Amino acid sequence: MSRKREEKEYQKSFPYRFSRWLKGEEDPFIGRLEMKPQVPRESPERHFDPSDYEDIKRRSRDHAHNKRWQGYGKLYQVSSVFICTALIALLVYAVSYLPPVGETGNPANNEVPERYITKGLEETGAVNIVTGMILNYRAFDTFGESTVLFVATGCVMLILMTGKSRGKRGTAEEGTGNGMAERTSITDTGDSMSEKISAEASGKRGILAEGSRSRRTEAGIQISVGTVGIETGNRVSMGIETGNRISKEIETGEPKTEETVGTDPILQVIAKLVCPAVFLFGIYVILNGHISPGGGFSGGAIIGAGLILYTNAYGFEKTERFFTKKTYTGISVSALSFYCLAKSYSFFTGANHMENMIPNGTPGAIISSGLILPLNICVGLVVSCTIYAFYALFRKGGL
Amino acid sequence: MGNNLASNFAEIAAVVLFGIGFTDLFLHKNLIKKIIGLNIMDTAVYLFLAVKGYISGLKAPIIENGVQSTEAYINPIPSGLVLTGIVVSVSVSALMLALTVALYERYHTLDLDMISFYERSKDRS
Repeated sequence: MSRKREEKEYQKSFPYRFSRWLKGEEDPFIGRLEMKPQVPRESPERHFDPSDYEDIKRRSRDHAHNKRWQGYGKLYQVSSVFICTALIALLVYAVSYLPPVGETGNPANNEVPERYITKGLEETGAVNIVTGMILNYRAFDTFGESTVLFVATGCVMLILMTGKSRGKRGTAEEGTGNGMAERTSITDTGDSMSEKISAEASGKRGILAEGSRSRRTEAGIQISVGTVGIETGNRVSMGIETGNRISKEIETGEPKTEETVGTDPILQVIAKLVCPAVFLFGIYVILNGHISPGGGFSGGAIIGAGLILYTNAYGFEKTERFFTKKTYTGISVSALSFYCLAKSYSFFTGANHMENMIPNGTPGAIISSGLILPLNICVGLVVSCTIYAFYALFRKGGL
Repeated sequence: MGNNLASNFAEIAAVVLFGIGFTDLFLHKNLIKKIIGLNIMDTAVYLFLAVKGYISGLKAPIIENGVQSTEAYINPIPSGLVLTGIVVSVSVSALMLALTVALYERYHTLDLDMISFYERSKDRS
């Protein structure tokens, strides 16, 4: 008898829904959750563009141009300098009563660092006491730090990628990716873009989340992205508008196009020489975190810098062969989960169990000091991915 | 004034740096410059913490030749705290820069006065 379940029965089951969610075919919230259609962000009645600056300057607290505020500006500056000087004076006064720097008997040098220094090597197996401290005695603190980095990347992605994937950056990438040679066919690009937008909107089952945001370019061309075009069904005109904007941007060269990245032969030769050394050095610093200065954070920063150098030399296309959003998510999430699992044993041993289950080994050897080496590797992976992710997010608005 | 003004010159430097960053927050209208000021304040805090852990004449806390006594190494705890601070400050800076990018997309200016005035004039009309 086959153990295969009936198709109908399987479709009701959790694994089926989970696999569909994993493949991105189904959003578990749509249809199951009562959702109000998001009120489209009301477009400003009066558009704000550089030509309005003068008017605003006259009416606002622009001290140079507004006579009413001229005295206020002086007063503000003087009083803020006064407040800050008073703050500095107060703090200097407090510092003068602090114990003198560099003495052994200072209150900061109490029994806690004494314990770390005298017993640290036996208890953690790490020659570098700071690493032993942050990855064994205070490992949860470091876990929190890595999570902060991950969450910060998530927030930056949320800010920079959502609004733009349908708005400015997305179309700009589409347009500039095709290059200047295809400027004649830009109307087509805009058209396909608008189709894509409408497809997305219909995919959201009428929940028009994004987009009646209007803005003006410097040339004053009115652009409406999103719902306005879709609701009226006026795709073609919108496409032309988008196309106009793209060609405008190409002409002014305002956003950096992909073509300018990765064409400098000097940078490429240097990067070819330097990049392997940088990566090797970063790996060295991470792996020797417990026996020499360094560790996951500094080594991860070095590897991230190497990735940025590589990207600058060869362009995002080459980097995307091995580092995409998927890679970022996979590496970060698995490193953080491993860290979490590796350290959560102490919950089951009464949260007071600081000994490693893994023997500490000989102090000074690479494979020693229990869990510190794998935890260092995890931290290094998270940090290097985060640094490169920040760079890519700010440079091109997406991973 | 206390007696340790001369010996605590490094802490005074940290405090003055903190004040400079704070003044920067007051006097600049540009959002990027405000973020730079916040980063100066972060750096001042690292300096203060590093000075707190320093013991004159002693070495960094990496055990050499098996010597394990408090007479030989500086206090390792502030070093760990500075590490935490750096990570948090990097994350906060990135987040603030991303928000600045978003603001610029909407208002086409980094001037905080302009943005607030625009919002107020919109409410009034």
